[in-house]
Amino acid sequence: MPGMLAKKLGMTNIYSEDGRAFPVTVLEVGPCNVVAIKTKEKDGYEALQLGFGKKKEKHLSKPQIENYKKLKLTPSAYLREFKSFDISEYKIGDVITADIFEEDDVVKVSAKSKGKGFQGVMKRHGFAGGQRTHGQGDRERAPGSIGQSSYPSRVFKGMKMGGRTGHKRITTSGLKVVKVINEKNLVLVKGSVPGAINTIVEIKK
Amino acid sequence: MDKLKEIVEEQIRTDHPNFKSGDRVRVHVRVIEGEKERIQIFEGNVISIRGGGISKTFTVRKVSSGVGVERVFPFSSPKLAKIEVIREGKVRRAKLYYLRNLSGKAARIKDKNVR
Repeated sequence: MPGMLAKKLGMTNIYSEDGRAFPVTVLEVGPCNVVAIKTKEKDGYEALQLGFGKKKEKHLSKPQIENYKKLKLTPSAYLREFKSFDISEYKIGDVITADIFEEDDVVKVSAKSKGKGFQGVMKRHGFAGGQRTHGQGDRERAPGSIGQSSYPSRVFKGMKMGGRTGHKRITTSGLKVVKVINEKNLVLVKGSVPGAINTIVEIKK
Repeated sequence: MDKLKEIVEEQIRTDHPNFKSGDRVRVHVRVIEGEKERIQIFEGNVISIRGGGISKTFTVRKVSSGVGVERVFPFSSPKLAKIEVIREGKVRRAKLYYLRNLSGKAARIKDKNVR
């Protein structure tokens, strides 16, 4: 299950050859550099650390600059480890491009979702809210009872209530790759993907 | 954003004639029946055009044996073989949904070029 870093560019439609329209999310996938290789002997697990995007030298610390110089790589803006690559096939400095994905592949996409701020229980947890009629004044979006009475005389931990919503890591699985445009580093997946436009996402096969 | 436009632009169709709400059009639709492909014609009045770019669609309404039939066509769909504009209509709004409530003589659209 190899994966890569990508940038969400937005959504649009495309038509298949037989005239069906698909809602697609366009992802700019890679190209990613192999920045580090984690091995079983040294790190206890196997993974590739991939770099995506560019970062100016002035935004790096001196040890980081030296490290990139030693590796003969341009500094990457985003670094992420991906397991389940066959690490024997790669060496540091290799470039991984969108062609590891093919049409009809089923992929998972993970990213930080859009932040929604402080939201009530209806939006945050899908509560039903109260009745609109029968003398209900202010109960339309209320959570209802949050517990019992003298026993236990407290609200249980983890009770679903309002609060900060969104801006957490969400994975959407089962997305189908509709098209891969390798020259432009683009992958089109059917359906929506977490995050706003220009969010950095992980796409895994 | 530009990369997104690039993908879409090659799919947007520019070979269709210009038409507006109120025009009478004949839409040639490719229909696949088993192995064979044939052209089916849907003729009626354009009652709405909505969206832009690749997601632009238009609605064609006709009255077929007393029953109103509306079909929404994606403007850029490869299934559309051809669009013919038969008559230009004179209408005063962009969405002609009021035609749904009218029938017979009242549901006619005036010709644009009649003096």
